[in-house]
Amino acid sequence: MAKNSTPFEYAPAPESRSVVDIKASYGLFIDGDFVDGRGSSFKTVNPATEETLAEIAEASEADIDLAVRAARKAFRGWSRMPGKERAKYLFRIARIIQERGRELAVLESIDNGKPIKESRDVDVPIVAAHFFYYAGWADKLEYAGLGPNPQPLGVAGQIIPWNFPLLMLAWKIAPALACGNTVVLKPAETTPLTALLFAEICQQADLPPGVVNIVTGAGSTGQALVAHPDVDKVAFTGSTDVGKAIARAIAGTGKLATLELGGKAANIVFDDAALDQAVEGIVGGIFFNQGHVCCAGSRLLVQESVAEEVLHRLKRRMATLRVGDPLDKNTDIGAINSAEQLAKIRELSAIGEAEGAERWAPACDLPSSGFWFPPTVFTGVTQAHRIAREEVFGPVLSVLTFRTPSEAIEKANNTPYGLSAGVWTEKGSRILHMANELRAGVVWANTFNKFDPTSPFGGYKESGYGREGGRQGLAAYLKSTGLKGGDL
Amino acid sequence: MPTTAPTGLAAYSEVTASEASLKRFLHGLPGVDQVGAEARAAGLGTRSIKTSAKAWALDLAIRMVDLTTLEGQDTPGKVRALAGKALHPDPSDPTCPSVAAVCVYGDLVGEVKEIVGSQVNVAAVATAFPSGRASMDIKLADTRDAVANGADEIDMVIDRGAFLAGRYLQVFEEIVATREACVRPDGSHAHLKVIFETGELQTYDNVRRASWLAMLAGTDFIKTSTGKVQPAATLPVTLVMLEAVRDFREATGVQIGVKPAGGIRTAKDAIKYLVMVNEIAGDDWLDPDWFRFGASTLLNDLLMQRTKMTTGRYSGPDYFTLD
Repeated sequence: MAKNSTPFEYAPAPESRSVVDIKASYGLFIDGDFVDGRGSSFKTVNPATEETLAEIAEASEADIDLAVRAARKAFRGWSRMPGKERAKYLFRIARIIQERGRELAVLESIDNGKPIKESRDVDVPIVAAHFFYYAGWADKLEYAGLGPNPQPLGVAGQIIPWNFPLLMLAWKIAPALACGNTVVLKPAETTPLTALLFAEICQQADLPPGVVNIVTGAGSTGQALVAHPDVDKVAFTGSTDVGKAIARAIAGTGKLATLELGGKAANIVFDDAALDQAVEGIVGGIFFNQGHVCCAGSRLLVQESVAEEVLHRLKRRMATLRVGDPLDKNTDIGAINSAEQLAKIRELSAIGEAEGAERWAPACDLPSSGFWFPPTVFTGVTQAHRIAREEVFGPVLSVLTFRTPSEAIEKANNTPYGLSAGVWTEKGSRILHMANELRAGVVWANTFNKFDPTSPFGGYKESGYGREGGRQGLAAYLKSTGLKGGDL
Repeated sequence: MPTTAPTGLAAYSEVTASEASLKRFLHGLPGVDQVGAEARAAGLGTRSIKTSAKAWALDLAIRMVDLTTLEGQDTPGKVRALAGKALHPDPSDPTCPSVAAVCVYGDLVGEVKEIVGSQVNVAAVATAFPSGRASMDIKLADTRDAVANGADEIDMVIDRGAFLAGRYLQVFEEIVATREACVRPDGSHAHLKVIFETGELQTYDNVRRASWLAMLAGTDFIKTSTGKVQPAATLPVTLVMLEAVRDFREATGVQIGVKPAGGIRTAKDAIKYLVMVNEIAGDDWLDPDWFRFGASTLLNDLLMQRTKMTTGRYSGPDYFTLD
């Protein structure tokens, strides 16, 4: 029999856009209603096509004041409402998220550029799970081990990034509401659409007006929110630079903060690892969500004795990654979120080459419009290279080698960050040892980028402070009882 | 047929020289992380194969079917009917390809051969299928008998007892001996497939070791299951075997085929397997010479989906033959 003359070409399998209804323009969601902003406006674009999706209001200082006042007014009722009643709203929101899951996933992929298989199978299910999980806590706060009669903080100002727009919203809003706080949330400038759809879901769930307020805008809007005197708590996920600025801005004000910032995670592969699965973990660790992940495994530390084999397998695997239309169900890597981010990734990659690291990417056809960057690996990287120290926040992997476990630990910890780390070995005792030694908020063993609402998440050092998720995540939204996150 | 590069395999002659060295080699293969392997297989299962790609995949899947009946109640009439179906799976559509082979017990090979001639291969199970519990002489006689009856392919079972007891060299030697029993008087040989019964080996580490063991012993194909033990073929087990043949070809230059058998009943499942072949082993394996489905009910679902692709409508099961 002759060999097949044609290769197995997957025909386009696009998810339908008809499920979403994007309006021409959006206002702000304040006190339960959509209102026009008093400031200017900006456009949000589809990063895969550069098509303008909608005109978005940019909240001014006056708008922020309105939103915070609405949240303060709503706080009285919401914080005094019995926990089991608050839980009903959260359960209702969780169920609506599940019911409207496809709509949320498609909209997230259009606005953010992430592949539909991730928004559909990862983002949206975990978003619903967060609301379900914290709904369960709302009437059990007394039993969370955070002291008797735990009390909410008040109004939380929350600022979230563009890499997981809806998921970061859930991480912020679900625990805040469960604890009885009200929120003013600012989604990222480039990805406001799912937060605005979430505002509609709050209306659909009959959430009392003012409990959730969504204000769109860029950096100055965020600054105004952080600086507002009636905000009791600031929760921020984003870059370390902005995190530092926030910490400076609220110093001495009595405002509390949780900051979830950058990372440069080490993914450590020992020579006794299950290599095929380790390669999957490396690929998932850095190319998931185009590498726009603060806990991405962007530094591969591989034991020198298997380095060649791991790299061979890794490159072969990378050649099968499908880069393209985020709405195609077979796409593995979607679009880079913005022109600015693409420029940053290109700049750092060029620096990597200039510093002498060897750059490799599989041959792949990139669409002519939109923002794209192929999955890329740098070999021959050392601790002194900038691509080994700075967060690229893109599909770019730096490969370093080590000889012994102690060298792996030293190199892994030799970073100003400390958000996550991965360990690949078939030896259980080594996993436990590494987990003790690595200064990172999350250490994954024989897996990577696994998120669950029951598991606390957060960083060491310049990766931030405070924890989100789990019982520990409640502490960030309740008055201090003398217990710190680390005591839990 | 694989163009065997003996230089490639020769490098492993020391590995198979003693029980100790073979065990050391097999236990030195990289482990398989169960959670990771299953997640990878599930991930590939979410690929969406539509329109032209689906039509292409359905025809390929039909051409890869080893249409199988392995029952105590098999009669000459039953296997002849099956042979007729193998030639013309969809009598109403002459563009529908034939299947790869008909798979029966050794004594019924002649009946099938009479119908299919050389248009479709005839595969026979041997070596005390399905349990593999018999003396070596009996197993080899069983094989020789099937070959003498005209079998083009022999599906042998390994001695799982010996494998699980760690007597790898015994399993290796059985495969080597069975392969010799596949040689016909004219010097050609029946194509050998080695069945692991992965449902009894249980762990993916065992599946990877068995794969390397059989490949070093000179098999042409590695096959998951007899269909008599649950679970039979699964996506992750086949994934591990596809990784093994991929790695083996890189190491030796010798290409080995893979046959999942048992439990694959729907066209949708078959396409998931093809996606996995494509993305794990590569498109060199997307051919009936290198990948087969051991199945019986699968064929009708493939035909039903194929008809749906051409007519745009689903027909009832009565429009497809039951043989």
